[in-house]
Amino acid sequence: MTAAAIKLVELNKGFGQTPIIRGVNLEIAKGERHAIIGPNGAGKSTLFHLISGRYTPTSGEILLNGERIEGRAPYDIFRRGLSRSFQITNIFSRMSVFENVRCGLMWTMGYGYAFWKVVEAEKALNDKADEILERIGLTARRDTPAGVLTYAEQRALEIGITIAGDAEVIILDEPTAGMSTTETSEMIELIRTVTEGKTLVMVEHDMGVVFGLADKISVLVYGRVIASDTPDRIRENADVQEAYLGTEYLADA
Amino acid sequence: MIAFQKLQSGRHWRRWFTGLAVVAVLVALLPALFGSSFAVAVMTQMGIAIIFALSYNMLLGQGGMLSFGHAVYFGFGGYCAMHVMNYLGESGLPIPLPLLPIFGGLSGLLLGLCLGSFSTRRAGTVFAMISLGLGELIFSAGNIFGRFFGGEEGISGDRTEPAPFFGLDFAMDIQVYYLVAFWMLVSGFLIYLYTRTPVGRLSNAVRDNEERLEFIGYSQRNIRLITLAGSGLFAGIAGSLTAITYEILTVEALSGHTSGNVLVMTFLGGVGVFYGPIIGAVVLNLLSTVLSTATTLWLLYLGIMFLFVVLFLPGGLASLIIMHRPVLATGRLKSLVGPYLLAALYGIILLSGLIGLLELLHFAKFSAVGNTTMEFMGWVIDVSTVTPWAVFGVLSIVGIFLVKRHIPVVAAVYHDAVTGPMATPQSEEVKSEEAGA
Amino acid sequence: MEITLFSLLNGLVYGLLLFMLSSGLTLIFSMMGVLNFAHASFYMLGAYFAYSISAKIGFWPGLVIAPLLVAVLGVLVERYGLRYVHKAGHVAELVFTFGLAFLLEEIVAFIWGKENVGYAGPAVMDAPLFTLFNINFPIYKAFMLLVSLAIFAFLLIMLTKSRVGLIIQAAITHPHTTATLGHNVPLVFMLVFGVGTGLAGLAGVIAGPVMGTYPGMAVDLGSIVFVVVVIGGLGSLVGAFLASLLIGFIQTFAIALDVGMQDLLDWMGLSFGWDHWLSDLWAIKLPQVGPLLPYLLLVLVLIFRPTGLLGKRET
Repeated sequence: MTAAAIKLVELNKGFGQTPIIRGVNLEIAKGERHAIIGPNGAGKSTLFHLISGRYTPTSGEILLNGERIEGRAPYDIFRRGLSRSFQITNIFSRMSVFENVRCGLMWTMGYGYAFWKVVEAEKALNDKADEILERIGLTARRDTPAGVLTYAEQRALEIGITIAGDAEVIILDEPTAGMSTTETSEMIELIRTVTEGKTLVMVEHDMGVVFGLADKISVLVYGRVIASDTPDRIRENADVQEAYLGTEYLADA
Repeated sequence: MIAFQKLQSGRHWRRWFTGLAVVAVLVALLPALFGSSFAVAVMTQMGIAIIFALSYNMLLGQGGMLSFGHAVYFGFGGYCAMHVMNYLGESGLPIPLPLLPIFGGLSGLLLGLCLGSFSTRRAGTVFAMISLGLGELIFSAGNIFGRFFGGEEGISGDRTEPAPFFGLDFAMDIQVYYLVAFWMLVSGFLIYLYTRTPVGRLSNAVRDNEERLEFIGYSQRNIRLITLAGSGLFAGIAGSLTAITYEILTVEALSGHTSGNVLVMTFLGGVGVFYGPIIGAVVLNLLSTVLSTATTLWLLYLGIMFLFVVLFLPGGLASLIIMHRPVLATGRLKSLVGPYLLAALYGIILLSGLIGLLELLHFAKFSAVGNTTMEFMGWVIDVSTVTPWAVFGVLSIVGIFLVKRHIPVVAAVYHDAVTGPMATPQSEEVKSEEAGA
Repeated sequence: MEITLFSLLNGLVYGLLLFMLSSGLTLIFSMMGVLNFAHASFYMLGAYFAYSISAKIGFWPGLVIAPLLVAVLGVLVERYGLRYVHKAGHVAELVFTFGLAFLLEEIVAFIWGKENVGYAGPAVMDAPLFTLFNINFPIYKAFMLLVSLAIFAFLLIMLTKSRVGLIIQAAITHPHTTATLGHNVPLVFMLVFGVGTGLAGLAGVIAGPVMGTYPGMAVDLGSIVFVVVVIGGLGSLVGAFLASLLIGFIQTFAIALDVGMQDLLDWMGLSFGWDHWLSDLWAIKLPQVGPLLPYLLLVLVLIFRPTGLLGKRET
């Protein structure tokens, strides 16, 4: 049996005296589209920070394709095939949109810390960057400084940088945060296409998005996973209903 | 098809080499225009300062790292080059003088790697403070280790001692000018190319968002380390050329004063664009050589100018150029000429009034008792009479009035030129650059 | 023995002087996150203002008026300079304060000249408070001690016991929250900046006669003050106090103890010829290394403990 893409074993994280993640066990299979939902303060972003290397767990294990990655630096984890986006847009604001994406490509395309090549001469690199720009629909804004883009455009760029490295496992932290209905559906289509064949883990609040896109849903409440199952069964799960969903959400989904 | 692609891909090289060639020709011809030995000396100093400032901007403008101790790479590279130069003289090894900056550069690079191994873990204020501490530390160490740093007298050398280079022994200042000019062109070109390399682009990225860099696969600390090492390399080259040109080096080259100098130069010229530090180096050297002979208050004027730039022109003098690029696009440059000339005139009136008053005040206060004749810019002025005071006073008041009245005029004309009816449509790049400037 | 006693006393005087300067800088640093390069310049201005006032009126009026003048100047700088430049980011702020320090030095040289002006304390204080082992300890130094200790006590009480102090403490660590609670945080900032610079000015008034009053005095003392603030830790007055004393003692003892590497080698039973390429190292004496030590400490602290000894916040 092939190793799960991501596996969390008895994961704990506390800040000072406050435990945030309390013994999380989770398995996400390769190629799965997995959504993590839960009330505010449940620890979803913290979970992402732990997986992507921003935080070190207090105890427990995080396995990526069977290898332990907890406590490793973010760039180390990225190089092993995991890429993440941020809830609060985290781009290179003074560089152009094109440059942003190009930077996201550099490691995966083998440039390392090269100081003996010039980027103008790297046709494959530049072509790939243009290709990604097209996929995220920002070709028209190619040379605009990223800080000047509209909010939705910046979110699209955020995704663009995340998927540029062609990582096998993509983690998106509230990709549709702050978007209108139209923008949300466009974003969902974008996510669907760019994560084709990859493992996708997503934190989301929009239940329409979650139930429409996910193969499996995990519910995080007060730092614990109270349920992890297919969308239908999650909908019917009594614990989930009590803790989180409630009748209004069910109506949305 | 393939030939066309090759042509396309070679385009940037042709552009860059053409630019380099143009600058090289200009630099080579300068002594023909300004041939006096004073001018040549000033231009040589400028050349060295340009390399130093460009190296500093690799750290600051490119990498976002403010350093208060950059002189250590300059000084260390210079001292190493000086010792090598003396050694070449003694031992007679067939290494000619023009190759000396390579040794200085390598020492600067090594020092950068050494110090950077622990100082680049963090950016921002912590890095700035560590650089300050290291700078003072090494400067103090310079006073202790007399063998290497020469103590109070410093270390001297003779640049004519190493093996001759195609018959040249570099005894003449003009030969040194061309040597410095050569290294300036090489260094400037390499530093520019560096900004076009992957690591150079990532350097910009780490400046913008150091955290995100880690999530796209790069260690921010390694990028900063490489940037610092590269910066040390070119600072070391500048230091070597200083050792060659002046044939003496003291711990002053390692001092906070030298570090402060390059900071002022670079910031004055503009950190946001490649040629900014070049402008800053040229302007500062002009002020310090030419202006300093005219008045003892030149440092005060420099201080005022620097603070003015920091507050009102944070992009440096280069931002004045950048601000006007959109005007080139709209083709409305002509409409600016008149108002700008007037502004210059009013500005000169105001400045001459203020400077005159300051000079008068200073002279009146500090000159020997009974000495009332002041020499300023070739004029002889008697400070005990009312006339000079009245003249400068009137100039100042009139100047303030004129300038104040003219500022909105200039602003309106500029605004019109940038946004008004265009000769050619604006490109997006230019528009957004203007928005950011 | 006499060396130890007088070094202790002198170290205390110097250390407390450093504290007067660093306390203001610590408060400002932790509140605004910017290291004010020009802080020592206010120290210099205090000395010069006091000099001019003492020349016209007297030392004691100078003691009161000069710090107030400096505080006003400080408030103006904060209001019209720092606040303006704050939006452009940390680098711009640092460069601004650097430029300000540069300009203030030149302005002082313009007005008062480049030489050491003869600013002296009241003649009556030159008399020794006591004499031990033929060394005098002037009353003036005891006066300096008293003032510095009074300042420390005042700060401690004001910050921990008074309402204003509590607001300041809150604004230092959580400016936004404090603002939403209805406190006028910009006013608090201005107040703290004024008090901070006023303290620096007071330090100048007192120290000017002892340390010399010349345009370079800001630069000379300024870097040491930075070292103190960073080592002591951001946001920690107690840390600044401890670090000031530490540096004060280290530097004073280093100058007083004329021991050197040679003595250490002798004690270890080693000896090297003077031709050895490291002979400079053997010749090192503690007084030479004295100026180095604070910076060495700074670099070490920043590497191993960037928040300083007792700091709560890292920029």
